Amino acid sequence: MSIFKTLREKPWDAQVAAAGNAVAVAPIDPQGAARIALRFIMAIVSVLFLLFIITFLSRSQYPDFQSLAGQPWQPFTDPTRLWINTGILAIASLAMQFGLASARSAHLNRAIVGISSAVFFSILFLLAQLDLWQHLYALGFYVNTNPANSYFYVLTALHGLHMMGGLIVLANVVFRVWYDGSPESLSGPLQLCTTYWHFLLGVWLVLFALLTSRPETINALAAMCGF
Amino acid sequence: MQHVAIADQTEELHDPHSFITKYVWSQDHKVIAIQYGGTAIFVGLVALVLSGLMRLQLGFPESFDFIDPSAYLQFVTMHGMIMVIYLLTALLLGGFGNYLIPLMIGARDMVFPYLNMLSFWFYLLSVIILLSSFFVPGGPTGAGWTLYPPQAILEGTPGYDWGIILMLASLAVFIIAFTMGGLNYVTTVLQARTHGMTLMRMPLTIWGIFTATVLGLLAFPALLVSAIMMMLDKLIGTSFFMPALVSLGENLDYTGGSPVLFQHLFWFFGHPEVYIVALPAFGMVSDVLATHARKNIFGYRMMVWAIVAIGGLSFIVWAHHMYVSGMHPAFGFFFATTTLIIAVPTAIKVYNWVLTLWQGNIHLTVPMLFAIGFIFTFTHGGLTGLFLGNVVIDLPLSDTYFVVAHFHMVMGVSPIMVLFAAIYHWYPLMTGRMFNVTLGKLHFWFTFLGTYAIYLPMHYIGILGVPRRYFAMGTTDFIPESAQTLNASITVSALIVGMSQLFFLANVFWSIRNGEKTGHNPWGATSLEWQTPDVPPKHGNWGKELPRVYRWAYDYSVPGAKEDFIPQNHPVTKEEQTGGEHEEKA
Repeated sequence: MSIFKTLREKPWDAQVAAAGNAVAVAPIDPQGAARIALRFIMAIVSVLFLLFIITFLSRSQYPDFQSLAGQPWQPFTDPTRLWINTGILAIASLAMQFGLASARSAHLNRAIVGISSAVFFSILFLLAQLDLWQHLYALGFYVNTNPANSYFYVLTALHGLHMMGGLIVLANVVFRVWYDGSPESLSGPLQLCTTYWHFLLGVWLVLFALLTSRPETINALAAMCGF
Repeated sequence: MQHVAIADQTEELHDPHSFITKYVWSQDHKVIAIQYGGTAIFVGLVALVLSGLMRLQLGFPESFDFIDPSAYLQFVTMHGMIMVIYLLTALLLGGFGNYLIPLMIGARDMVFPYLNMLSFWFYLLSVIILLSSFFVPGGPTGAGWTLYPPQAILEGTPGYDWGIILMLASLAVFIIAFTMGGLNYVTTVLQARTHGMTLMRMPLTIWGIFTATVLGLLAFPALLVSAIMMMLDKLIGTSFFMPALVSLGENLDYTGGSPVLFQHLFWFFGHPEVYIVALPAFGMVSDVLATHARKNIFGYRMMVWAIVAIGGLSFIVWAHHMYVSGMHPAFGFFFATTTLIIAVPTAIKVYNWVLTLWQGNIHLTVPMLFAIGFIFTFTHGGLTGLFLGNVVIDLPLSDTYFVVAHFHMVMGVSPIMVLFAAIYHWYPLMTGRMFNVTLGKLHFWFTFLGTYAIYLPMHYIGILGVPRRYFAMGTTDFIPESAQTLNASITVSALIVGMSQLFFLANVFWSIRNGEKTGHNPWGATSLEWQTPDVPPKHGNWGKELPRVYRWAYDYSVPGAKEDFIPQNHPVTKEEQTGGEHEEKA
């Protein structure tokens, strides 16, 4: 591991210092900073959702908690709607990947098609999630009637907000390329956006699995965490 | 054309021209640092006044009509929250992080200057939201800085309506601001270091700020999660934290949540927060000590490892704040053990500071006085931490003034001592002028001795069993009346220390115009920030060319060198290399 090697350096040693002088300086990588920032953002967002999930598991062990799947009258026992939404999000992710591949091979028109479809399906996903909210509301599963419902609304809302943030950044990337008039600079930032979209798909899959879990599964997970 | 971040640009930057772009909507890290610093110190003064009011009540109960129990609890809460988050975190990372990172690693600016500017404006917004709670119906929240539910949002607690909502909103905005700034700090340190600035050549200040920022980025989400869930409990009646309960004779709609869950979340943030404040202070004090003792920092590598180790360990000690919440004894044992383990790297640091001073050429300048003062206050605060880390000792001492005295010594006074050391140390760089030394020394002695006059007796009344957060003690069987005399003496000391901060304020403002001009590098320091072509550094920091770094940041009193310091951007000479060989053979 290079980090351990780095931490073992002896910077005070004149020999080492002199050897360090001769080391060639790596060329500046303009995407490097943004890539590191994205990794940190993904780490932070992961921690955020992880903490919510842990509190979910902890809260699930209190007697008033009724998970949203498992019994016939509960809405996610039949998760068809969630599968549809997941499919829409997966298509958005694929479209981003297609747009990225096209941008890399300098097919600008195909890249635009890819990005536009990604934006379309992402917005469609958000609308579908809203529709899911309304569906649950119509069934009487309100935000404050049960902690499982509260978690459903909070987690989907947070996920949606992160999607919106991604859309704003993507719009910024597209407009900057548009005004600079240099389509070849598209693939770098688009790569980062694509990674973020895949990441959000991953987060959603975890949430999906959690929210549609039967009580036995949730109890087993909670027991593993010591609750 | 590829977009090159400002931090990496090799050519000189052009100054922004208008007043607005230069000082208001500025993207220059130095201006943002001063905006952060000014706001933090302002809001810190508000918190200082609040502590004075609290002390008036405690020292002289029944003397002040305008302090009723509600107002007292509100002062306690706002004082704590402001000091920890809006002063210390903001000033150490937003202020010094912003100012020093690009200068110390040889960059022209932060990697994302626009985000950096947004970070400050979000921070300012969070401060405005927080302070606005003083003017809403019911006033600010009085739930204690830990904001524990259920009482934080229930009738009977001051500010249970508007106050707590504004507090939670302000915290959420602060976390967004911190995240924007924090992303900048870590990315800049990892990406924008100049030629030759390897990680192990970075000054310890940067190591401290970097590690603290990583901690902050990973710990603040816990506070955000708890703030969101509590806000929902308050506003739309969810039951994340709120148990089924009867309040003022009325059954509430909450269905049985877990207040302890909030405590876990809060302290999962809260304990790393201690180190978010401490690690930058550790770093800066190391640099101040080495510079003013004209000696390399003792055990640089060990210092870096200790910073990283403390950062890692700080995530697995949080429940030592919750021994009295009724946890499983095995958990108590685990957290007591990790707490005691974290004392090891911390003690290594203290030994290394002392050994840096040993046989150094100590200059008792004002920054050095504060740095040495820090070693005292931190050691005392740290040692009482060893007491409280043990479950059996914590249980009787929990919620007494012993705890208040402990955490004020370790994370109140100590970082503040370093902040003063840092402000005095880097003042000539920020303004190009020297502060008034007499005022600085007066400020030091009043603050340092006053601190002990406040907190030594406070440990004692804690051991007597005086509980914290009480508006008035009344009469009890177990607390002697003399405790009240001590309380009065603490109040007098606190007021004197509070007033003596006027020395500092007067000095800072007076010296901007009237201080003696210092020119370059008045302390003879080695690190890069003192090697800029202009003092104070101009926009873009480095003139035409970025500096090259050839050595670590602690070449003080090198045998055979012309001066007693060799700046980082001076190449290693042949003599030094051969000298090194001799030493190795010997």
